[in-house]
Amino acid sequence: MSLPQLPNSAIELGATAGDWRSAVRLAGAALVRSGATEEAYTERMIEVIDEFGAYIVIAPGLALAHARPGPDVTHEGLSVITLAEPVAFGHPHNDPVSVVLGLAVANPETHVTSVAELANVFNDASAIPAIASATTPEDVRSVLFAEH
Amino acid sequence: MKIVAICGAGVGTSGILKVNAERVLKKLEIEAEVTASDVAGLAVASADAQVILTSPELVDKIGKTFADIVVIENYFDLEELTRKIEKALG
Repeated sequence: MSLPQLPNSAIELGATAGDWRSAVRLAGAALVRSGATEEAYTERMIEVIDEFGAYIVIAPGLALAHARPGPDVTHEGLSVITLAEPVAFGHPHNDPVSVVLGLAVANPETHVTSVAELANVFNDASAIPAIASATTPEDVRSVLFAEH
Repeated sequence: MKIVAICGAGVGTSGILKVNAERVLKKLEIEAEVTASDVAGLAVASADAQVILTSPELVDKIGKTFADIVVIENYFDLEELTRKIEKALG
């Protein structure tokens, strides 16, 4: 099981976002920078939240922005945004969000291994605060790619 | 025993819920099949399911069902999952 690679271009630390849309756009832009997706995918991630609400805030402080596989996904990708000021997504329990992950999967098979690995990482309750307080991309990678 | 984890897109968050529910069920030594579905496919996916796992945000999107709806707040909190799954099945 493994997560997609996480190049520096897919990481932005201490970013500023005025609202959840801006925060998701930052995660989408990071996926575009790293070559994983086209810009249309970013808008599709926002549409998922417009349609279904803030359920993507799956743990306190953490949003997993994503959409279905599609032609705007070049290859599997992951991005990490940390926010200088946390923003509300409208979740009844897990707001405000300080870490936004962007996830793009090219097909349902790779998606299963990626999400299983995300569960391995974040079942450790210290992972979200560790990423939220990361000051270098290396800090982020050391949390996400740690041996379990 | 059949359990369905649902999310809006059917990829991503329901997959995490599925993986962690399977872990909890294994620990509880409960035999169950856990599948992931999106809201649109739920009617078919949950036709013979006993339990639906989902986010507080999606409860309103679930139509009529005979399954127990279990709302999970923190998808990574295995204690919460264990407690709520045990209660639903008990």
